[in-house]
Amino acid sequence: MNPIINEITASQVKKDTTPFKVGDGVKVHTKVREGDKERVQIYAGIVIARKGHGIHETFTVRRMSYGEGVERVFPVNSPNIDKIEVERESEPMKARLYYLRNRLGKAAVLVKEKRYEAPAAN
Amino acid sequence: MISSLLGKKIGMTQVYDAQNVLVPVTVVEAGPCAVVQVKTTESDGYNAVQIGFASKKDKNTSKAEQAHAKKGGLQAAPRVLSEVRLDAAPTLKVGDVVTVSTFSEGQFVDVIGITKGKGFQGVVKRFRVAGGPAAHGSMFHRRIGSIGMRQTPGRTWKNQSMPGHMGSERRTVQNLRVVKVIADKNLILVKGAIPGANGDDVIVRVAIKGQPKAVKA
Repeated sequence: MNPIINEITASQVKKDTTPFKVGDGVKVHTKVREGDKERVQIYAGIVIARKGHGIHETFTVRRMSYGEGVERVFPVNSPNIDKIEVERESEPMKARLYYLRNRLGKAAVLVKEKRYEAPAAN
Repeated sequence: MISSLLGKKIGMTQVYDAQNVLVPVTVVEAGPCAVVQVKTTESDGYNAVQIGFASKKDKNTSKAEQAHAKKGGLQAAPRVLSEVRLDAAPTLKVGDVVTVSTFSEGQFVDVIGITKGKGFQGVVKRFRVAGGPAAHGSMFHRRIGSIGMRQTPGRTWKNQSMPGHMGSERRTVQNLRVVKVIADKNLILVKGAIPGANGDDVIVRVAIKGQPKAVKA
């Protein structure tokens, strides 16, 4: 990418973000403005995708809300995100967990943890 | 002060503004533009200043251009020259430099550029004609169709859409908000897209249709 553009956006890219990855159960603390007041709203769910890079990077959080699947896309570098808490970690086999959309009930919130044994060093 | 500057389109990106809204912006390197010539009612019959942007090598410059640049107090001839009309006699002198600080955040600007060339295109792309069905043996896909009626009027109307060359035209995008001015790097960030490819020359001018209320006051 153009170095001039990189320089402009670099100052707005957050440096001290909580590391989280696809498959993690997260709580996203977002700042919500109501009139003059500002309060923090928490949105909890599973990260099913991380896309883009630099200032454009976004992540999608999916949750089941009253039996209905809800997905919300957040920009990683948004100043409206107060903080991100990682509640649960998992190691999914895919980079995008879109298959969770086809699941119902309890299966929809479970990401299988699949750990591969490291190949034995010969 | 003058109302327009010459510049170069750098590219697009996104930035957060003061309200924490992610705004799509185009980065334009505008100026510094040197005043090369001053025209007044006495000398030329109208008031204007000629400004130049960037520079080109001597080997690519004609002697006439070299002499003109020298008269304007420049080492090398500017790559782009443009005249800005003024209502009153110009206060700028030859040798003055106009920078991007002419513009301020929140202001509306117009950006003029040459659109990307698309070559010879059909009516579907060029004029958004609907075209025909793709399948079921229609045999009429992206064709132009009828271009007129019968003996009355007996001719094809003017401006009938037909295939031809598309793009590479001078276009103006009006009323783009200035999101940020980075004076020390001669950069200006305007909201939205502007004509042309990255690296193309553009003109940034104060919006002719006026300014938002907050800026005017």
